[in-house]
Amino acid sequence: MFVKHLLHILSEENRFSRMRQISHICGFLIAIMLFFVFEAGAQSPPPTPSDDEINAIASELYCPVCENVPLDVCGTQACEQWRGVIRDKLMEGWSNEEIKQYFVELYGDRVLATPPAKGFNWLVYLVPPLVILAGVYWMVQLFSRRKKTVSQSEATINLEQEEYISRLEEELKKR
Amino acid sequence: MLANLGYGALIIALMVCIYGIGAALYGVIREKNVWVNSARNAMLLTAPLITLSVVAIVILLIDGNYELDYVASVTSNSMPLYLKITALWGGQAGSLVFWSWLMSLFASAVTLRRWDRDREFLPWVIIIVLVTLTFFLCLNIFLENPFARLWQMSGGLIVKSMLPPSGAMLYMQSDGNGLNPLLRHFGMIFHPPMLYLGFVSFVIPFAFALAALITGRTDDRWIRITRRWTLVAWLFLSLGLVLGSRWAYDVLGWGGYWGWDAVEISALMPWLSGTAFLHSIIIQEKRNMLKQWNMALIILTYDLVIFATFLTRSGVLSSVHAFAQSAIGPLFFAFIALTFLVSIALLMHRWNDLKSDSHMTSLFSREALFLLNNLLFMGILVVCFWGVIFPLLSEVFTGQKVTVGPPYYKAASGPLFAGLLLLMGVAPLAAWGRSTYKTLGRAIWKPAIFAIIGIGWAIVEGVKNPWALLGFGLCALVTGVIVEEFWRGARARQRTKGENFVLALWRLAGRNRRRYGGYIIHLGVVFMALGIIGIELFQTNTQATIAQGEQITLDGYVLKYEKLSIFDTEDRRNIARAVVHVYKDGRFVQELYPRRDFYYESQQQMTIPGVRSTWEDDLYIILVEWEPVSAESATFKVFRNPLINWLWFGAIIFMLGALAAALPEKEGIVQIRQVKHSEYSTAKV
Repeated sequence: MFVKHLLHILSEENRFSRMRQISHICGFLIAIMLFFVFEAGAQSPPPTPSDDEINAIASELYCPVCENVPLDVCGTQACEQWRGVIRDKLMEGWSNEEIKQYFVELYGDRVLATPPAKGFNWLVYLVPPLVILAGVYWMVQLFSRRKKTVSQSEATINLEQEEYISRLEEELKKR
Repeated sequence: MLANLGYGALIIALMVCIYGIGAALYGVIREKNVWVNSARNAMLLTAPLITLSVVAIVILLIDGNYELDYVASVTSNSMPLYLKITALWGGQAGSLVFWSWLMSLFASAVTLRRWDRDREFLPWVIIIVLVTLTFFLCLNIFLENPFARLWQMSGGLIVKSMLPPSGAMLYMQSDGNGLNPLLRHFGMIFHPPMLYLGFVSFVIPFAFALAALITGRTDDRWIRITRRWTLVAWLFLSLGLVLGSRWAYDVLGWGGYWGWDAVEISALMPWLSGTAFLHSIIIQEKRNMLKQWNMALIILTYDLVIFATFLTRSGVLSSVHAFAQSAIGPLFFAFIALTFLVSIALLMHRWNDLKSDSHMTSLFSREALFLLNNLLFMGILVVCFWGVIFPLLSEVFTGQKVTVGPPYYKAASGPLFAGLLLLMGVAPLAAWGRSTYKTLGRAIWKPAIFAIIGIGWAIVEGVKNPWALLGFGLCALVTGVIVEEFWRGARARQRTKGENFVLALWRLAGRNRRRYGGYIIHLGVVFMALGIIGIELFQTNTQATIAQGEQITLDGYVLKYEKLSIFDTEDRRNIARAVVHVYKDGRFVQELYPRRDFYYESQQQMTIPGVRSTWEDDLYIILVEWEPVSAESATFKVFRNPLINWLWFGAIIFMLGALAAALPEKEGIVQIRQVKHSEYSTAKV
């Protein structure tokens, strides 16, 4: 029925009324679309994030007041408020990274569990492996030095022995 | 009156210390034994003097003399007697006196030993111990005085002072603030004394090491004298760390046992270097090697002990500015720098004397593997040290504070700990001196079967995590090695002595306590590792707000919120206590009571979890929040901590092993027998 009506509008005979009716149909379609959009909105409001979703982010954040206590287990009121902020941001559709970045911009890098790998912070990641490597190098040196010392001393002993034997042989010959 | 007596005893103790240092120095320079003996008596006298001071503080704490700042800040009328006594180490000033007291007791114990064979060490040991004691006494007398009174000035201002400021009146409160609720736990009652005992007993081997450097007697005599001291120090330090972990698990309410907090790490660091030292001195005893390294390790351990006290007591951890503002911080820093520099200078001075004639002969020898063990311990130490001081460096150099939290330490130290587990399995199989990969390979195949069985069993149980499989495999390997060592030894005794297996096992361990005590410690570490793998890799948690009658599910557990009651107690606490029924596989298993205690005096709260403990796991419930009046709904956080109880069980085995290793051997008896035998032989000739 609807298709038939559409074909009628599009026919050549009804040119004037066609324009009017197209505008009516467009308005009708827009109204339907808007209805669905608002209906959809009314049916599914932004879902309330679960405590576990909030804690997943909170466990990676540290508030500036509570030394070394992650946000998900900190019992202070300030941390409670922070968790509230995380809930609001999740409801607004923010991603985990965006929320963490929001806190970093407000309070600095110290809210993160580990320093971001940039600038001076590189030292925190580079120094321990370098020191351990230096230790490995020292150990390797210890072994190679020992081997050298051992082989050198063995060589010296061999040389001394050779001299001794040749001297002994010479003395034996003299007799 | 009592406060004056206690303070006076501290001042006299300080004067005695200074006299002792002077007398010992004079005696050693002028070679006058009478002065050295006098210094020895001075060191003995410090113990009763500081004991007097400690007794005075304890009486003041029990009596509730709130005109004293320290008493008012750590006790209250409602606190039970045992907590009033333990409040001695509940605050800064008291714990520093406690430190000094333990130090003086250890100093006396050292003084009372027989010095016949080591006379040249005596004056220097006295000087080093008394210098350390002097430093701590100075802190108490000049900066952190536990006997300081509170005075009210004419303007109403309250000031803290030993003597009355002009125009001031004594400020007397009717009640104190009470001990921090978090410290009212058995773990926290015993944790600080154990830790401090560990700290102060490490001063003794350090003093002997330095005495050896100064006198030039650089053989292993100092190690033989202090071996047991070191083991005792290590035992106490280990116990302190474990009790601290248990306290954190029970009280802090975050479902974990170790938070990689800077205070925890500061206590772990001397333990790491001390453990490396304990292994390393065996190489010196057996192969006469690594003398320089052992000296360096004990110097490091001593300074890490002071550094740990500095970190926890100076306020430096909260901010470098707090450190600069506190008077105690810079003094500690100066003392650490001074002792470290002097010790290193002495070590450099004797560097050539400490060179060894023996050589590392094989990469697969036991000494090489012990050295690798040292490298791994030092690696973990570097990670810890750097992680703790980096935020301070960042603040100083860039002005920006950063957090170095658990993910950093876990990622950096995890592989190193795994390496240590592997070495625990391999090193006992390697021979001293020459050992090749072939001989090692021949020795390891039997324990390797244990490892394969361990991994196979874990796979059957559904473990898929490769790190967990590696960990379980290593644990099984070490267990295999230990079982084989005991089995082989006992069988050998059975063959040669004709004893039954149990008796042979008992006597085997009894005759060589250090070696077999060491194996028991390793077994304890294996159990602890199981617990750590369980909680670190398999912990799960959930949080939800539920109404009465509703339930939360987690990994096969169902928790039903029954009710919540809120009431006051006689000791001025407000308690909110939930009743939760726990079901597993549809069957009721236990009723738990997670609660929140609010202390009116200190306005602080404490979260006490409800825990269901089994060998398989702990179900750990925390009451997070509740509706104030109706308690209709409440928020719970629930953790499932697999295998966690193996950690505590392992810690007990560990301590028993350490105790067995620290017990005196029947060395003296054997020596006497040998002497008698040789005398007999000589007489016969």
